[in-house]
Amino acid sequence: MSASTAVHSGPLVRSELTGTLALLRLAWRRDRILIPASALGLTVLSVGSAKATLDLYPTASAVEAGVAELFSNPAVTALYGPVAAMTPDALAVIKTVMLGAVGLGILAYAVVRRHTRTEEEEGRFELLGSGSVGRWAPLTAAILLSTLTVVGISLLSTIGLAGIGMDPVGSLALGVAWMVSGLFMVGVTAVAAQLTTTARGCAGISFGVLAAAYILRAMGDAATTDAGRALSWVSPLGWSIKVSAYGANRSWLLLPAAALAAALVAVAFALLERRDLGAGLLAGRPGTPRAGRLLGSPAGLSWRLNRPSVIGWTVLAVVLAGVLGNLVSSISALTTNPAVARMLQSLGGSAGTLEDIFFSTELRFAAAAATAAGISAALRMAAEERATHAEVLLAGPTSRRRFYVSHATAALLLPLWVMVLVGAVAGLVGHRLDASAPGVGALVAASLATLPAVWLIIALTLLLFGLAGRWAPFGWGLLAVAFLLGEFGALMNLPQWLIDVSPYVHVSQLPGGSFAATPSLVMTFLALLAALAGALAFRRRDVG
Amino acid sequence: MADVIVTSGLRKSFGPTIALDGLDLTVREGEIHGFLGPNGAGKSTTIRILLGLLRADGGTATLLGGDPWRDATELHRRVAYVPGDVVLWPNLTGGEVIDLLARLRGGIDETRRADLLEAFELDPTKKGRSYSKGNRQKVALVAALASDAPLLVLDEPTAGLDPLMENIFQRELARVRDQGRTVLLSSHMLSEVEKACDRVSIVRTGVIVDSGSLDELRHLTRTTVRATVSRPLAVTELASWPGVHDPRATDGEVHFAVDAAEIGPAIARLDGAGITGLTVQPPTLEELFLERYHDEAHEAPVPSEA
Repeated sequence: MSASTAVHSGPLVRSELTGTLALLRLAWRRDRILIPASALGLTVLSVGSAKATLDLYPTASAVEAGVAELFSNPAVTALYGPVAAMTPDALAVIKTVMLGAVGLGILAYAVVRRHTRTEEEEGRFELLGSGSVGRWAPLTAAILLSTLTVVGISLLSTIGLAGIGMDPVGSLALGVAWMVSGLFMVGVTAVAAQLTTTARGCAGISFGVLAAAYILRAMGDAATTDAGRALSWVSPLGWSIKVSAYGANRSWLLLPAAALAAALVAVAFALLERRDLGAGLLAGRPGTPRAGRLLGSPAGLSWRLNRPSVIGWTVLAVVLAGVLGNLVSSISALTTNPAVARMLQSLGGSAGTLEDIFFSTELRFAAAAATAAGISAALRMAAEERATHAEVLLAGPTSRRRFYVSHATAALLLPLWVMVLVGAVAGLVGHRLDASAPGVGALVAASLATLPAVWLIIALTLLLFGLAGRWAPFGWGLLAVAFLLGEFGALMNLPQWLIDVSPYVHVSQLPGGSFAATPSLVMTFLALLAALAGALAFRRRDVG
Repeated sequence: MADVIVTSGLRKSFGPTIALDGLDLTVREGEIHGFLGPNGAGKSTTIRILLGLLRADGGTATLLGGDPWRDATELHRRVAYVPGDVVLWPNLTGGEVIDLLARLRGGIDETRRADLLEAFELDPTKKGRSYSKGNRQKVALVAALASDAPLLVLDEPTAGLDPLMENIFQRELARVRDQGRTVLLSSHMLSEVEKACDRVSIVRTGVIVDSGSLDELRHLTRTTVRATVSRPLAVTELASWPGVHDPRATDGEVHFAVDAAEIGPAIARLDGAGITGLTVQPPTLEELFLERYHDEAHEAPVPSEA
């Protein structure tokens, strides 16, 4: 009956898309703070740091004499990718390319997930789907909004950078570098949203893919062999670097990136056609009729609820630390250059070998990731309240203090576990490849030394929750500000007192440096104070 | 201690919205107390204050002789609660949730758990996210009914249940009453309250407008009379009888409502017209309820803001 199929296909596709525009408007209405705020933040990040760097190093010779070598060492290359060219413009965006690509990727993920799997899981799709809304409309609206967001924010930076007098072609290439990763994550999240039945599962898959892309790129960019370098071509985040903004300016890489994103979106629609509303492709199984021994207390429940994310973070920590440990071998090749070593030491402000400096840099990033783990565990408590699960527990003989403590403990212990793992695995792998690299003991100690700063930010998130459940997500803002102040504060020539606001600035320079006891103790004390204040505030306020 | 729940002058506002405006509620020990009111009347707010989840802005509340805010944890050992909108942990099975809630309270009666699961036809192996609304409700009901808490607080517990399951619920409720336990049953479903409750409090816009046993409440209201008479009566004549409202008459059939105090005289007058058939129906809670709200809405308009 090919004739009837032909007759049907036209109106059918149109009806599948019915309501897309209305949903797009709804999504925009709900994201009217998130998207403009992110656009502003990312533009200020790229343009502000570029402006400050250009003021410091206005000419190519200044760049050569200055920090070009610093930024071409493997520790930095692994984190941010290689410098595109030895020019002021290329130097001005060295950190921005990768951080912006990752940031925009996360934003794209957040927008797609918010309007697809989260809506479906919370049952709001059902409300819309029963109206005149086509089956494809929600996913289409989410993809449209996130794509517009990615392209818009990227072009905003292009315009801003060209506006402060940087090369327009290079500025366009920077925008393309960001789009490459943003579009990739639009596609990845669209697929992930079809695979799982939960928003958390969708987050796990999406972040897993993003982390894998980042790790492949880091390994490729820091590799010393051609075969190793090929790894960055496998990763879409590697493409962002290969665009080589203000260097080779390979803006044509947008074409394969767009093709990849389109293919992922096509897969997402194909999956959507094969599943029911509310269901995923990975079907749920029947569970146990009785609760296990552990599930009988608030702490047991907290463990049960956090278990999947503990497993996820454990895997991520082991893989990342293994990669870090591996990179050490490319560092040791550099120790033959005493000039580089001297410069790194003077800039880092700490003593120690190149390997030490490499690890203390990478551990700062690991600490930020561990903070994210802790914040997401702390936000679980806010989610429990929002979903009225807290109400059920607190209406029973569970005190508010026990409820709070059960989740706060998870939020503070998870980063401890993550950092110990990172230190142990990185030390184990690194020390085997390079005997002069710091061992397990030194790296675990160095990892633990980051915890006061990590705990302080998590404890402030707990305090926000204690004051009002809806304020808790601002913990992500605290993390972003603290991290960016630490990474970009000096680069953007910000006043020292402002930079000092970031807890990460006060982390001891370990391994290699000395343990800064006073700031560590002060931060730990403040963290304890904030967590306690959160508990007191939570006992006083309304729940629900 | 005869009163399990006492509130007096309870007040609570959320920003500019006044949820409770001086609410006085008394629930006696061993009774099933219906807490009746339309959506948004303040039923859930009252319950959440009684459970120490919200803090009252004014007035006093006593639960099982304690302060619901200060002594929350202690009191909750003796309270089982079924929220109006049961949301389960998506990745925990119904069986796990029942066990968890029971263990937090200190244990569970295994036979009762099994009996209730069977009575409510609940599959305990399904995950929270795959239960329907009614089944989620059943999970919370089984957890509450299987406990031995002396006070059960049920917030619209049958909202998602089918009529068969409602019957089971009524049966279990009767069993709870036989055990001498106290129940606060909030509902907007009149039939449910009428079947189960000893006493009823009707709440509207944050105040109790009426409280008492069903009989007491009925005294205040009109009885419906339907009769066939041998001498046709004119509507105008019926309307002239004291206490008679909404008279209708077709051929030999008359139909009217009459104030409780005037039933006797009205029947006597009917008899004068030769009764051949008679139905006298006490007011259902539904009528009582509608009447309350009807009167309130018309006689006591919301005072305009100055």
